[in-house]
Order: sequence, then structure tokens, then C-alpha cells
Amino acid sequence: MAKTVEEINEKIRKGKAVVLTAEEIIDYAAEKGAKKAAQEVDVVTTGTFGPMCSSGAYFNVGHTKPRIKLGGGKTYLNDIPVYTGFAAVDFFLGATAMPDDDPRNKIFPGKFAYGGAYVIEELVAGKDIRLTASAYGTDCYPRKTLETYISLRDMNEAVLLNIRNAYQNYNVAVNLSEKVIYTYMGVLQPKMGNANYCSAGQLSPLLNDPVFKTIGIGTRIFLGGGIGYVVGNGTQHNPGVKRTEGGIPKTPSGTLCVQGDLKMMSPKWLRGTSFTGYGVTLTVGIGVPIPILNEEILRYAAVRDEEILAQVVDYSDSYPQCIPGSVGEVNYRQLKSGKITVQGKVIPTSGLSSYLKAKEIAQTLKEWIGTGKFFLTQPVELLPSADSGIVFKALKERPIKKQLGA
Amino acid sequence: MQKKRIVLNYPQNLVDHPVISKLVKDYDLVVNIMRARITPKEEGRLVLELTGKRAAMEAGFKYLSEMGVRVQPLAQDVKWHEDRCTHCTACISVCPTKALDVQRLNMEVSFKRDKCIACELCIPVCPYQAMEILF
Repeated sequence: MAKTVEEINEKIRKGKAVVLTAEEIIDYAAEKGAKKAAQEVDVVTTGTFGPMCSSGAYFNVGHTKPRIKLGGGKTYLNDIPVYTGFAAVDFFLGATAMPDDDPRNKIFPGKFAYGGAYVIEELVAGKDIRLTASAYGTDCYPRKTLETYISLRDMNEAVLLNIRNAYQNYNVAVNLSEKVIYTYMGVLQPKMGNANYCSAGQLSPLLNDPVFKTIGIGTRIFLGGGIGYVVGNGTQHNPGVKRTEGGIPKTPSGTLCVQGDLKMMSPKWLRGTSFTGYGVTLTVGIGVPIPILNEEILRYAAVRDEEILAQVVDYSDSYPQCIPGSVGEVNYRQLKSGKITVQGKVIPTSGLSSYLKAKEIAQTLKEWIGTGKFFLTQPVELLPSADSGIVFKALKERPIKKQLGA
Repeated sequence: MQKKRIVLNYPQNLVDHPVISKLVKDYDLVVNIMRARITPKEEGRLVLELTGKRAAMEAGFKYLSEMGVRVQPLAQDVKWHEDRCTHCTACISVCPTKALDVQRLNMEVSFKRDKCIACELCIPVCPYQAMEILF
């Protein structure tokens, strides 16, 4: 018989909800059968802990005396520029932002030792950060400069807002060229010397609800060690891709936009990250609970690594030149075994997303629900799915004509 | 027989002396040079694996120390910051000696000092600066 989110929450309240992680449910469903497992299990918890570049946070730091209008001026946190195109004391810090004087890739490959993501990690760790700003001054906001220490507890609001996280499946990156390349998928050795993947596979949130039967706007989640919410689909959400018979997308597909109170989060689950030759990013911990409302949802949540396929993509030419196609298809069981075979060649694999930490997140969320600290939500609207008609567009460039006499 | 991985620090005046050759010929030690950085008029550093009889090894160390070569175990120069490691496994496919290895059952990464040859391949590969090698 089908359940409702409210019924599950009632069980959580009474301490009677049956909660399993997305790893535990696999054997449980195999043993009991999907029908019985769907009746017995109330929630399956998922997790992922990987680098997610489209992350950031917005802040309101409170007004100074006399007042300053940061909007339209220049503001830095530990020398990292923030976006100030808002009102007086609101700004946004992006994970990949870098100090103005960082040499980037001028000495190749650059180290990218510090950036926005590290500021987020330090703020969450309770550390003091240098806030420096210059403004143009107005009658109502006369002050023109500001230099002060600030910490998270001094701020009015500090909100993590990640516009694209938790990619549903991802490419496996290889390098077909003759030289080492430095990418967001890590350092790739020439002639397919290694293959890097980035997904928690069978634990990954969106791979456990592949056609979005339960996840949507307002879904309460584990975010960065605290509690967050799904804002909606993330950018580049592309549910119309090819899928396996089990409904699992074979290429990168759905994404999440998430937000949550930074003051409740932990530096353990928001980590500044540096990819040599590429840049700074934030490694984010996310866990989504899946209410087992019926047998179909249970079947999806019981997905195994070997049922999740990923495309092996060349990052020396195909990816940078936007040439579609893959050099091979592998599954996550193979990827996690440490080697895959592509075009007859055995290639060692490495992950960029931590399965061990993903498991810890799923386990933590399971404990929160089991002890009545975390309740499920009924989304306001489900994420757009395979039938949404969404088309993922590339940028069609239209050259700007030079005007004579201009 | 004993096997030891060590780092030799040469002072400037010894850079043109055949120290390793002596270790092989006079002390009957098997020398495997894993890394070397010796430049004229500067200090030199060598990472070695020595294999030989215990007495010969001790005599060899005595010789090195009399010559003014500082000897320290390799392990001191290599640090795995476990608190920074996220067990992502990015390092696993590049580590040539499996000093960095992963237990596949739960995907937990570990570092075995005695297998490390301080090649530094893991340094640019780790996104979390979990590996530190002072060489």
C-alpha cells in the first residue's frame, strides 16, 4: 500500500520509521523483494561529497557607522573579490573566486592555493576573515573605505546558495593526447594513462530518484553538515538525455540548486579545494532523503553501481572543442574496482568524489531521521523530468557588427 | 639482510666525491637510487633504498657520518595529513608503489610510509593538499 510523506513523518515522530541508506537498501530489497521492502522501509538516505564549482554564499554584514554602500564598489574577504551588485551591505561570494594578484596559470600549471571556497570553509570553521572595501560615497552612505575583521556570528545572514550541485551522473575523463593535461577532472596522464570519475554512484542523491518522483522545490536535505533545502533544479538541468532500461541517465543529466543557513554548517562538509592548473572549487556534502511512498520509488532507490553507466570522454580534445561522443561506456562497479578497459586498454581509475564520505553523510542523515531530528517535506513542485521537453543549449554566437563612425 | 629507505644530505664539499660507489664496493650494500638532486656548489639530497647485512649497513652509516653526510629516514620527509584527506582516491592511480592505496570494500584510503619513494606524483594530484613532501 502506498504511503504519504505525512504518514512517514508521523512514524519519525514516534521513533518508528524504518530508515536505510542507499547502500543498505540494495541487499535488503534483493532479499525481501521490492514489494515487501517498499512496505517495510520508509526512507532511503543518499549522500555525495564532491567538488561542485557552482557554489557560493550570500551575506549581510550589517551597517557601519557612518554608513557605507558596498553596492557598486569593491569588496574583498581575505583578498577574494565578492560580487556587490546589490544594496548597501549585501554581497555574494563565489567558490571559484580568486585573489586579484593570484598568478593563475601564468606559471603553468597554476596551484590555485586559495580562493572563495577556502573563505567559506574558514568562515564555517568560526575563523575571523578580513573584510576590506572601497565605495564611492553618497549623501546617505558617506563612508568610502572599510577594513575590519568579521566572523560568521557577526553577520545578520550567511546563506550557502549553490546554483548547480549534485550532478546526476558524470563523465569519466581520460586524455588521448601525448602530454599531461590539467583539468577540473584532475590531472590526466597522456595516452589514457588514467581515468577519473566523479559520482557517488549507487549512493548519489539524483541517481536514487532518477526521474524525480520525490525530489523537488522545498525538499529538506543534509547540506554542508547542516540543514538545507532544494531551491529547484540546478543550472544545466538536462533530464531529456538517453537512459538505461532502469531509467538511469547515461550522461550528465539532472542537477540541484540548493540553499541553507551557513551558520549551521561544518568545515568538515564544506572544503576548499584546489585543482592544479584549473582553479579553486568547493567540495560540498549533500544528502537527500527519499521517502519510499511506493514500490516504484523503492525500485529506483535500490539501484546498484553496476546498473549505472557513464561515458568515457577525452578531455584533451573532445571536451574542450565541444565534440560530442565518448570513447567508451563503463559502469560504477568497474570504476570503483580500480581499473576499466577502454578500447582494449586497461586503465587505472581514480575518484574525485569520496564514496567513504558519501556513506558517512547517508549514515548521518539516517541517524537524524531515526532520532526524530529531521523530518521529510512534501515538495511544492517536483523537478522537471524526462518528459519536460527541456533542451540543453550551447551558446550560439552571433558576431557583433562594428558600427561605422561609432 | 636489512632494507632501509633513507635520505642523504650532502654538504657542498662532498658533491664531487664518489660516496655511493664506496658504499657499494667497500660495504657490500645494494644501492637503489630513487631520487637525486645534486647541483654543483650547492647541497645535494639523495633518496636511497639500501639493502645489505646489518653489520655492513651500520659500518656504511658510520662511513657516511664520518664523511659529513647527514642520514635520516625517508619517513620523516613525507607527511600524509589524514585530517585533510577526503578519501576521494584521486592519488590512487598515480602512486607508483601503492604507498597510497585504497581498501576497495569501503573505499578508504591509507598511506604506507615504508612504500613511499617520495616521487611527488601525488602532490599536484591531491585537491586537498593532504600530501606534503619536504625534499
